[in-house]
Amino acid sequence: MVITTPISDEVIRSLHVGQVVEITGSVFTGRDSVHKYLYDGGKCPVDMTGSVIYHCGPVVVKEKGVWVVKAAGPTTSIREEPYQADVIKQLGLRGVIGKGGMGPKTLAACKEYGCVYMHAIGGAAQVLAEVVDEVKDVHFLDKFGSPEAIWHLECTRFPVVITMDAHGNSLHEEVEHGSKVEMQKLLAELT
Amino acid sequence: MAKELQSSLLELVRKTSCDLPPDVEKVLKKALRKETKGTTAQYALGVLQKNTDLARTESRPICQDTGSILFYVKGPKNLDQRAFCKAADAAVKEATAVGYLRQNSVDSLTGKNSGTNLGPGSPVYHFEQWGKKSIEVRLILKGGGCENCGVQYALPYGPLNAGRDIKGVEKCILDAVGKAQGKGCAPGALGVCIGGDRATGFAHSKEQLLRTLDDKNDNAALAGLESRILRKSNGLGIGPMGFGGKTTLLGCKIGLLNRLPASYFVSVSYMCWAFRRRGCVMNSSGKISRWLYQ
Repeated sequence: MVITTPISDEVIRSLHVGQVVEITGSVFTGRDSVHKYLYDGGKCPVDMTGSVIYHCGPVVVKEKGVWVVKAAGPTTSIREEPYQADVIKQLGLRGVIGKGGMGPKTLAACKEYGCVYMHAIGGAAQVLAEVVDEVKDVHFLDKFGSPEAIWHLECTRFPVVITMDAHGNSLHEEVEHGSKVEMQKLLAELT
Repeated sequence: MAKELQSSLLELVRKTSCDLPPDVEKVLKKALRKETKGTTAQYALGVLQKNTDLARTESRPICQDTGSILFYVKGPKNLDQRAFCKAADAAVKEATAVGYLRQNSVDSLTGKNSGTNLGPGSPVYHFEQWGKKSIEVRLILKGGGCENCGVQYALPYGPLNAGRDIKGVEKCILDAVGKAQGKGCAPGALGVCIGGDRATGFAHSKEQLLRTLDDKNDNAALAGLESRILRKSNGLGIGPMGFGGKTTLLGCKIGLLNRLPASYFVSVSYMCWAFRRRGCVMNSSGKISRWLYQ
């Protein structure tokens, strides 16, 4: 299933945990520095309404005056948990791409504002760089440095797995719970 | 020596960042065959395979987080370590400029990125003297996501009821796998050190990652523990990326250091599936004579 940004509330709420989807259109990178900055009241230099923020610090090199993305896999999302809910609301985001999943605050915000958490395949920097057609713009390059900048990427069929949906479901909660049950058994065997 | 050494080290960095070692790829391929068809676990492992192939053919980083740059060098007694570091620093700077490495070294207080991967503590160099005339250089690139999953236990450890024995150690290591979930880019591999102090324990746990996944520990007790950890972890159901599935861990390598009577540390380093580890042997002028891990 291919979804094009900007994404509507209706489309987002039709998605469910476990689905593999592909995103086409504008995707904006933003990680630790950007999230903290926005949460602290900083102004976002670009309109991301209906779009997707991507927890990613890409490798981008300028070749013949043009930015080229050399590698662009996701970074661990849980570090943005204190800020994400607020950022979803503030920017009108419909999706958050990252890896490792996020916590209850973000899950609640997904439900309230119509957003989903999209899990990209961690470490798959080449597969994901391949779907970037163009670097449209970059913000905060000097302020935050290259990995922490907001890179405006135009993508075609960026592959993700929905692991937190707008209905309050989280695959991460489910898997963690299951593994805890197994862990208790293993620990009991060792006592 | 300087020019030749620099270009050899640049090639080592390129190969490490872009070309996953065969022992790791073999285990990943086996895992892909084992996962159930049509699951997100199988899908994820399929993407990893495609990514590995692409990175290799395009000579581009497997993962954008090219991580901590860890050099392990063995050299003859007359090896000029300062000259070696100077050449390696230059190679790292060059590798960063061409995009084999991300700009990954940040001032801890100001947040300023050096832009070159050079700065206090980066890269990391470990030197050891050996009786041969040649120089052996091994390199690990270890990403931040997996580094954040590292954990150190001091036994006895109450929350797990883990005592100062091998069962206690096993509980801690399993707990570390459970805590990591998919966050360290599962399926990962563990380097573990039993003993040492807080600093040497972690350093030695990372050195275990220099071993290939298919080697066998000379210490029978540790070999047994390694295979138990692997088998039990893969029964936790965490799976690739934490999506659920049969493959949570690719390998577990455990080393021992003596400890003080009062201390009993278990240090666990988690390495992501993008287990970037390469090495080579050079002659005294820095020319590569042989690749390791082929």
